[in-house]
Amino acid sequence: MIPVPEVNLGGVLPALIISVAGLLAMLLGLFVRKGASTVGAVIGLVGVLLALMANAPLRLMNTPAFSGMIALDTYTWFFNLLILASVGLTILISMKYLVDMGLDLYEYFAILLFAAVGMMFMVSGIHLLVIFVGLETLSIAVYVLTGVLPRSAKSSEASLKYLLLGAFSSGLFLYGAALLFGATGSLSLAGLAKYFQSGSVSLMALVGMGLLLVGFSFKVAAVPFHMWTPDVYDGAPSPITGFMSVGVKAAAFAAFLRVFFECFGSAQVTWSHILWVLAALTMILGNLAAIVQTNIKRMLAYSSIAHAGYILVGMVAGKEGGAAGILYYLLAYIFTNLGAFAVVTIVGRKGEANVNIDDYRGLAKAHPALALVMSIFLFSLAGIPPTAGFVGKFTIFSAAINSGYIWLVIIGVLTSAASVFYYFRVVMKMYMEAPEVEPEKLLFSPSMTLALTLTVMVVLYIGIFPTTYLNLATESVKTLF
Amino acid sequence: MVTLEHYLVLSALLFSLGMVGVMFRRNLIVILMSLELMLNAVNLSFVAFSRYLGSIEGQIFVLFVMVVAAAEVAVGLAIAVAVFRQRGTINVNDISLLKW
Repeated sequence: MIPVPEVNLGGVLPALIISVAGLLAMLLGLFVRKGASTVGAVIGLVGVLLALMANAPLRLMNTPAFSGMIALDTYTWFFNLLILASVGLTILISMKYLVDMGLDLYEYFAILLFAAVGMMFMVSGIHLLVIFVGLETLSIAVYVLTGVLPRSAKSSEASLKYLLLGAFSSGLFLYGAALLFGATGSLSLAGLAKYFQSGSVSLMALVGMGLLLVGFSFKVAAVPFHMWTPDVYDGAPSPITGFMSVGVKAAAFAAFLRVFFECFGSAQVTWSHILWVLAALTMILGNLAAIVQTNIKRMLAYSSIAHAGYILVGMVAGKEGGAAGILYYLLAYIFTNLGAFAVVTIVGRKGEANVNIDDYRGLAKAHPALALVMSIFLFSLAGIPPTAGFVGKFTIFSAAINSGYIWLVIIGVLTSAASVFYYFRVVMKMYMEAPEVEPEKLLFSPSMTLALTLTVMVVLYIGIFPTTYLNLATESVKTLF
Repeated sequence: MVTLEHYLVLSALLFSLGMVGVMFRRNLIVILMSLELMLNAVNLSFVAFSRYLGSIEGQIFVLFVMVVAAAEVAVGLAIAVAVFRQRGTINVNDISLLKW
């Protein structure tokens, strides 16, 4: 008789709920004639709420499941929370967007939910196989979402570029996994960790580790592996751009952190030098290139590259302080950036006609509340108190100082001072300038208002009362060390 | 006698060929083929290591990689068709609306 390993579906319940919601959205879409996308969105939202509840017990767990394939611990809990929040907000933002574009696509929400499932498995994986399958599930879903606009040449071009570079980077990731397997005889993070602790690390294992690093750097858009980011962010539908810039980045960083701290922790001296250079380049190039952009989506794309740089500083700093800083930073960044992209979606109007920074002229006069909300998001991105972005940057930079990376922090502070310039340019346009021609009226909807209210409240709340959330972040990274 | 090294060298060669193809070929279909070549080169490594180490894990990984590669190519070809319908070309040099 073949022994059947113990299966505990309870641990992956959040991911299961989201997959079922995705399948339901797909099936019901076949039977509903008109308004199918609303049905999909409602199913998605219900699924996200149920999954949030199912996710709660994970916080107190700390056990591997499915024969050591995934980990059910506080770290997984924290990232599941981030992923579910970003999916829920993206659904709220997309509902209005699809109506405006005249698209009745129920597949949109199904694919969005499947992307979330991939992310959830990626963050919980403690075996390279699960991480790889999760990574691909999320990537393939996002390739499709990027090209979802049927008549937009920009959208399909973006999706093509994303697919080619994404598949290329997964190829590198896989080759790294193969070399590690050959050198260590194991693909689980625990097995790899044991090998790296043993002291004698072969060249093949180091090359494998380097290739994994390149693969992850592609996904988090670190310079010099960022070439796809501006094009893809520009061409994709605005809500999906928001989702990519937060969800994909958070999931990729979650796996990046887990793999590098948990199994290559003993080789940290080797890879932290490489990451030092990557972090410095990413911060400098991301911020400088953002200054010259005239399209707000491209500007936010370069700003998201720069933010990946700040997060890499946290990885270089290492230890619990750096890792906890990264978790808090991602929490702040998710709400800030999704909020900013919600505003971009509203101001873009039908067909994304108004995505230039000049289109924000005079917004404060026509829509004072919207301009205020956008300013708060931009302040948070720039890292100005009392917003969440400030606390995030502060924790990461102080962790880096504690670990003795003074120069990296100096580069970080200087470049984020430069970033204030391009964030404030948008604020200036909104408050100080008048539009040349009276623009079309902006259309609001309850779901969009809800998304904006939620994001702005979270950004301010965790910025003013950060202690609880910093403690949560510290508690969540304990399992990595 | 064919040893592990032979397989690894072959796999590294195929992987490099795939990489060069992705970087320098301009036809979309050929680029997708080169991507497949990269993934299959990795599969060869996995199987060779698996046999050498006497561990089944590598071969299981290969099955998953094949599934993922199929899904990726399906989506890739669909996108290629969409791009071709809009522009009548699949030469990546001509697909350049988005530039920084």
